[in-house]
Amino acid sequence: MPNMSLNKVPMPEQEPIVRASNFKEVSLGYTEEMAVEEALRCLNCKNKPCVSGCPVGVRIPEFIEQIANGNFEAAYDIIKTTNGLPAVCGRVCPQENQCEGKCVRGIKGESVAIGRLERFAADYMLAKTPKAPEIPEFNGHKVAVVGGGPSGLTCAGDLARLGYKVTIFEAFHTAGGVLMYGIPEFRLPKAVVQKEIDSLKSIGVEIMTNMVIGKVLSVDELIEMGYEAVFIGSGAGLPSFMGIEGEALVGVCSANEYLTRINLMKGYLDEYDTPVIKSKAVAVVGGGNVAMDAARSAKRMGAEKVYIVYRRSEAEMPARLEEVHHAKEEGIEFLTLNNPVRIIGDENGRVKAMECVKMELGAPDESGRRSPVAINGSNYELEVDTVIMAIGTSPNPLIRTTTAGLDANKRGCLIVNEDALTSREGVYAGGDAVTGAATVILAMGSGKTAAKSIDAYIKTK
Amino acid sequence: MFRILKKDALNQSVIRMDIEAPFIAKKALAGQFIIFRTDEKGERVPLTIADYNREAGTITIIFQIAGYSTAKLAEMNEDDYILDVVGPLGIPTHIPENVKKACVIGGGVGCAIAYPQAKQLFNSNIHVDVIAGFRNKDIVILENEFKACCNELIICTDDGSYGQKGFVTNALRERIENGADYDVVIAIGPTPMMKFVCDVTKEFNIKTIVSLNPIMIDGTGMCGGCRVTVDGKIRYACVEGPDFDGHLVDFDELMSRNSTYHRHEHECRMLKGI
Repeated sequence: MPNMSLNKVPMPEQEPIVRASNFKEVSLGYTEEMAVEEALRCLNCKNKPCVSGCPVGVRIPEFIEQIANGNFEAAYDIIKTTNGLPAVCGRVCPQENQCEGKCVRGIKGESVAIGRLERFAADYMLAKTPKAPEIPEFNGHKVAVVGGGPSGLTCAGDLARLGYKVTIFEAFHTAGGVLMYGIPEFRLPKAVVQKEIDSLKSIGVEIMTNMVIGKVLSVDELIEMGYEAVFIGSGAGLPSFMGIEGEALVGVCSANEYLTRINLMKGYLDEYDTPVIKSKAVAVVGGGNVAMDAARSAKRMGAEKVYIVYRRSEAEMPARLEEVHHAKEEGIEFLTLNNPVRIIGDENGRVKAMECVKMELGAPDESGRRSPVAINGSNYELEVDTVIMAIGTSPNPLIRTTTAGLDANKRGCLIVNEDALTSREGVYAGGDAVTGAATVILAMGSGKTAAKSIDAYIKTK
Repeated sequence: MFRILKKDALNQSVIRMDIEAPFIAKKALAGQFIIFRTDEKGERVPLTIADYNREAGTITIIFQIAGYSTAKLAEMNEDDYILDVVGPLGIPTHIPENVKKACVIGGGVGCAIAYPQAKQLFNSNIHVDVIAGFRNKDIVILENEFKACCNELIICTDDGSYGQKGFVTNALRERIENGADYDVVIAIGPTPMMKFVCDVTKEFNIKTIVSLNPIMIDGTGMCGGCRVTVDGKIRYACVEGPDFDGHLVDFDELMSRNSTYHRHEHECRMLKGI
């Protein structure tokens, strides 16, 4: 008999006042009882609308049924058949726009908490001593993966399971990409990411760190070295700035820099050497997940006032609902329909304020969202000492500019077909390098597509 | 892990190290840099590649003990392993065509970066004068190395304790006014020095290449920490530099931005006793 409650079983969380000053995970995860209770809300629909909303096609009703029956390990195994990083996805996917957005239970009441259940199954298994992995038999073919972020890890995992010898070339000193440098500890603990990476290593994926492809080796050299196909998942690149006055002042940085210092370089821990700007009042410009992560990190680093400055209204914010909700609970102030005009410095070249103008919504623009228009004469100064720009990135130029015959569009994104194939034979690409800044799960979906295409390509060569 | 094969002190605060890094050694070119991290808790710090040996698979770095992380690196010895070394990063120095006569200017430890530039130019049969500036005689470095790769070496010291007394800019101006017809000047050293060299060369309309040293984390075009304003536009030193046309660089902005973490650096050294 299904559980007909209209609401999800609530997620246990750290109290906002407590968590706003620590970097421990905000959401604590379901207990076994909670997971079973929530799993019983699933109606096990025949046509499975939820699965169609998942970029990697997780067999959702099947795994939820196993949780409902208390078979947590079986649930995990089902998820793992299509999703290499369930502990990550359960935490960071925008479920409301994907699986949960299609859930029948969401028509009247709340959808089934698919993300929370996925996380539960993954955490349940990660807490156990891993089973000795079944190492697939080597099929005699080598594939190179450029970039150890979500798309690269997914592509590498899928190929390794098919028997390929996969080497990931990672530019940083540790693999994980945005999961390590971007998304904060309080939303995605790094130990969880590391376990997922370790499980790839255990099935034979080799990870070479400190290897910037395009510099130390070119894509062509990888092919000469005997890699029969190359997957490029080099990720987001240069952070965008607004081009307004004052962006070179001390105290202005990109969200990428701020978050990398805190997450990858562990600037929030005293025993690490990395410096992080100490702020009293911070303006984070932007309305996406990265903006929320930067704002909530700033709060935890001790800022008294943290503002999100976003030029549209809250309805247009691209951030996950849960992140907006958590940010508000933690005391982040939302200045929506506000746009920065210039940043004002003191006599030492340090930020002392940001001039903003109020906005109103006009006609819909090409993205379908109502475009914001400045209200004349509504300018005012917001007193801040730090400004963090979280308004997107353009793809990394290193590979595009060092690989002949690799086509990119005007924005610098690599051009691929529906099989993730670039304009070069044997060279595939996915993730932010193709789409520009997008989500973890979309990157994973493209890594998966590429793995399938690479397998087909090598087999028919 | 990257083994330190050789370590020697060039003066009391400048260290030279040969590091085993075969992949980097195979590709490195003058003007490029690496980023090192001594240990798990260390910062990522950029350093220019001073030399490389493709056959031996080694690169040479020369650095001044300037902050906490360089002090930690200086404490490491031969046969110790540096946890991370990534490179070669940045765009190699591009020498404009038809250069017949060049002046390479190094200031202090900047000479370590000026040296591979001079060597490369000299090996391309270009007339090279080197002006190397130091505070005093005790900290002069690379004198013999420079002598082997230039037509004339002028050493300047601020206090006159060695070579010519005065700043590199004085020596440069003298030479230009005495008819040294330079097609290009390459200036590498403290930001104020590069700024003042550019002031001189602007007067005489001599193309000047500078190598910038902004704050950096990843060095691959991701964090944006290294952004500098060149010709009024944001440029990223890690992927578009570190060399830029000195006449177009906003040096004052660079100096200001480089002071961002001075207080932290001071506290770090005080607390950790270096």
